[in-house]
Amino acid sequence: MNTAHEIIIAGFGGQGVLSMGQIIAYAAMMEEKEISWMPSYGPEMRGGTANCIVIVSPTRISSPIITQFDSAIVLNQPSLDKFGKAVKPGGLLLCERSAILSPCTRTDIEILSVPAFEEAQRLQKKQVANMIVLGAFLERRPIVSPENVLQALKKVLPERHHHLLPLNEQALQRGKELAHEFAAVNAAH
Amino acid sequence: MESSASPETRLMKGNEALAEAAIRAGIHAYFGYPITPQSEVLEYLALEMPGRGGVLLQAESELGAINMVYGAAGAGARVMISSSSPGISLMQEGISYMASAQLPCLVVNVMRGGPGLGTIQPSQGDYFQAVKGGGHGDYHLPVLAPASVQEMVDFVFDGFRLAEKYRTPAMILADGALGQMMEKVSLPPANSLPYPEKPWATTGKPKSRERNIITSLYIEPERMEGINLQLQQKYRRMLQEVRYETIETADAEILLVAFGLSARISQKALELARARDIRVGLVRPITLYPFPTEIISALSHRVNSVLTVEMNAGQMVEDVRLAVNGHCPVYFKGRMGGMIPSPEEVLAEIEAIDAQVEQSA
Repeated sequence: MNTAHEIIIAGFGGQGVLSMGQIIAYAAMMEEKEISWMPSYGPEMRGGTANCIVIVSPTRISSPIITQFDSAIVLNQPSLDKFGKAVKPGGLLLCERSAILSPCTRTDIEILSVPAFEEAQRLQKKQVANMIVLGAFLERRPIVSPENVLQALKKVLPERHHHLLPLNEQALQRGKELAHEFAAVNAAH
Repeated sequence: MESSASPETRLMKGNEALAEAAIRAGIHAYFGYPITPQSEVLEYLALEMPGRGGVLLQAESELGAINMVYGAAGAGARVMISSSSPGISLMQEGISYMASAQLPCLVVNVMRGGPGLGTIQPSQGDYFQAVKGGGHGDYHLPVLAPASVQEMVDFVFDGFRLAEKYRTPAMILADGALGQMMEKVSLPPANSLPYPEKPWATTGKPKSRERNIITSLYIEPERMEGINLQLQQKYRRMLQEVRYETIETADAEILLVAFGLSARISQKALELARARDIRVGLVRPITLYPFPTEIISALSHRVNSVLTVEMNAGQMVEDVRLAVNGHCPVYFKGRMGGMIPSPEEVLAEIEAIDAQVEQSA
């Protein structure tokens, strides 16, 4: 990756959007890249949308706060309404399928929609939905290597949850497959 | 507890990085009182200091905390205190006393939107308070304005160096975004900041010297003026500590001046403007006091306009205007109350200025 990648990850507080961003940031740090992780903070985290802006760059990052993104990952409708229009032309919009009631109609960006919540239920752990989404994202935008993502996961996941590492790895893998399946279905249409 | 013999790289929040730096800078004591968006400083130190040494005390109020700092600094301790805007206002009396009593300490303000209790979102609304005195009387603090998590670390060390060299409270003026964001940081080894001799400290009177007295009360105006003259002489000496960063100023026609987070945003606007063939440069004051007047003055002869960007109603712009001294127009772009200007908003200002210059050319 020779250029910067600017990402917004948004959803409800508790869905793991901040830790998703941290995992990308840790993985990028291991690859000697420049990074910034800027969370929304404050009362809006309870009930409203929580989000973080993650920038991964080969060179020094100027503003950690930006309004146009190469990729937007949205886990609820308010986040799509707010950030769907902030994706740069040619960029990627990744949505959690069941959370979106009125999908984005833009034709100048790549849209990927994955049923992460449903798949997480299937894995018997709804908390790994964010890892499924992350797996799908990295399949489309391999800005960090899968090995480093697993290393980063160890950093972000508190040690008392480390028995869940294999499950998280499985979720990342499932996300990757879902991205493929979505592409295959879209190609068939 | 970890060994810390050499620099190490970590991904950290600004507040936590600053707290870790304080431990590595060898603070003997920290006093504080929680307030968003800087509470992680107190939380981090409360977790770490019991195992790694030093006194940590959550005071009953900001007034209590700053006066504990006075006491600890008077006894010769290396001491830090942190808060956010409303809490820093409460500390001003104590800071003025320490400026007068010439006590070194480091005060950290992770600014939030005001006035009043305001909001917990980032702001730069305390510039005037930080650089023009803050409390009563004729005094200044050296003020460092970090613009990255790395500088949240580095300026703890620099802040203590200045505080101890000039026997004065020093300030780090950050904001909520810098406190909350995570970036890669290189942490210096522990115990890498030597302790200077403090022969003035009240450490118990040996027979070999006179009693040390620390006070800010001098009833006779002749003596009080003497103290003031001494302070003013010190502030003049402090001018040599001025620090700034220049970015793409060599061929600039429009000069941006911004500090802290605003400088990062302005740099992005600069990149966007350069991509549109508008020649923009940036001066980022690193020390807000002393202010980098000379470089701004020099550049004002070469550019056709100056644009100051701040997260307030226009505070530093007054010092920029003094530096420019009428050589070219000085414009201002600001957001207030916890709102952050976007790079595109700053770009729009740059384009408007550029269009105006084109028109008059």
